[in-house]
Amino acid sequence: MTKRFALGVFDDEDILLHAIDNIRSAGVKIYDVFSPYPVHGIDDALGIERSRLPIAAFFYGLCGLSFALWLQIYTLGFDWPMIIGGKPQIGLPAFIPVSFELTVFFTCHGMVITFYTITGLYPRFKTPVMDVRSTDDKFVMAIELDETSSAMPKLTQLLRENGASEVNQKEMTKK
Amino acid sequence: MATLTQQESATAERLVVTDGARKIFLTIIIAGVVLLVAGVLAAIFHWGAASEATGTVAHQAGSPLWLKRIIVSLWHSNLFILGISAVGTVFVAINYVAYAGWSVIVKRIAEAFSVWLIPGAIIMFVVFLLGRHDIFDWTREGVMTKGSATYDRIIAGKSGFLSTPFYLIRMVSYLVIWWAFSWKLRKLSLEEDLNGGTQYFHTSVTTAALFLVLYAVTSSMSAWDWIMSVDVHWFSTMFGWYVFASWWVSGIAGITLTAIFLKQNGYLRFLNANHLHDLGKLMFGFSIFWTYVWFSQFMLIWYANLPEEAVYFNQRLGGFNGQYTAIFFFNIVINFFFPFLALMTRDAKRQMIVLKIACIAILVGHWSDFYLMLMPGTMRGENGFLIEIGVAAIFLGSFLLLMTRRLSEASLIPMNHPFVEESIHHTT
Repeated sequence: MTKRFALGVFDDEDILLHAIDNIRSAGVKIYDVFSPYPVHGIDDALGIERSRLPIAAFFYGLCGLSFALWLQIYTLGFDWPMIIGGKPQIGLPAFIPVSFELTVFFTCHGMVITFYTITGLYPRFKTPVMDVRSTDDKFVMAIELDETSSAMPKLTQLLRENGASEVNQKEMTKK
Repeated sequence: MATLTQQESATAERLVVTDGARKIFLTIIIAGVVLLVAGVLAAIFHWGAASEATGTVAHQAGSPLWLKRIIVSLWHSNLFILGISAVGTVFVAINYVAYAGWSVIVKRIAEAFSVWLIPGAIIMFVVFLLGRHDIFDWTREGVMTKGSATYDRIIAGKSGFLSTPFYLIRMVSYLVIWWAFSWKLRKLSLEEDLNGGTQYFHTSVTTAALFLVLYAVTSSMSAWDWIMSVDVHWFSTMFGWYVFASWWVSGIAGITLTAIFLKQNGYLRFLNANHLHDLGKLMFGFSIFWTYVWFSQFMLIWYANLPEEAVYFNQRLGGFNGQYTAIFFFNIVINFFFPFLALMTRDAKRQMIVLKIACIAILVGHWSDFYLMLMPGTMRGENGFLIEIGVAAIFLGSFLLLMTRRLSEASLIPMNHPFVEESIHHTT
């Protein structure tokens, strides 16, 4: 599916932050903002909700911990019991390092995979980029245009008034 | 160079310790004294079920039981608060060396903590000189003389390090180093308030770096001297770090708790959830660090199961008719599981009530951690709680009295620190 975007290009992060406030209060929905580096306070300005990734991380950790405990208790306690150093076959203190490592392993891999899937930033051959200069020294604000709309001139004016150095239009193929 | 007076500075604010606050601190002390007296009477007249058992056990040589308990708990609570006191300076020093801006707002609290170094040092000397035979086995008469009835070959082998004069020399050096650097950093900070300019900041960074190097060595060695030598036959290479972790996380909990109390009484108007969030993160992180060190020590000893090492945990897990088993598990729950689960989410670290509960839990927890380090080696199975909690309350009240007085001597927020502005606008 092809979507059309109005792209406002900004040179300065302070101007950008003010522009975000003004444009949002003018009732325009901002699709996303692309910047070469993390800008302080931009999440709040764009009204982005706090990520629920930490909650997912907790459950990945819980999975890792359960898997690690199951692995050790089942293999060392039931499937192939061995006496090591005269310790009980299910000697929990000895299981803690492995449980810790697997908890961390599951948490970090789960988080990375979830993050890539949700944001669409996973590695691939052709990466859709709104404007390549947003990886260098420009801030790019994308506003989605609906198909029938003839809002482009009005948007151009709004972006210009709020300090955009240029305004472009771009079609992107998105799922 | 601009000179700002109290009135001209936009960030300056003064703490006024009200009579009401002083009354609360005095009440804590009085409650401590009452508990102490009750505990002493209970110990003398063998009240309660626990003392039935001790009546049958032949009491070891040394002071009468109640006196021995007072001496040990003086050593115990003083060590705990002295450590927190030194951690105040360590906190300031680390933030200087890291060029950290966010912590400037709570810097004065950390500075005020070091007020206990002098009274703590005096108490430590008095207790050591008068009561060392009740705390340290290696100071007993004849324990290092060949042929005497109490001769102990293992202790005699450590006579080079554990001799009273050398011990006192070390004790003086640790305390003088800690006090001198605390004094110097405090002095620089106060002069900066008056004169401004960045030269105080740069001098502080150098001083702080030097202090941290010295503290790394002295904190570890003081842990061997003051705590590990109680269990004189036993040794652990993790012990210095273990004690430091305990002091450090308690110190951060203390700083956070003080900041929250000040905030709730209308002071520190620039302190917000972002600063508390960072303090909460430190508490969370170092609770895990403490557990890591604790567990590293425990697991190696548990796994290798060498008698001379395992005796330490034998005494604490099931030894002395299981006297210490409950507090052993309580220690892990309150110092690890509770802060770990309570402080895990972002929202928890930004809410005063959760942080406050976690701070109190950590402080109580690490006080019991020190209890667990000292009591089995000194009191054997004759430990108790009334006297110990009484003494701890007396120390807490006195510490709060002195600390708040020190806090009211200067502006609560440093006036000319180069990072004040950054700290006020801190966001996480």
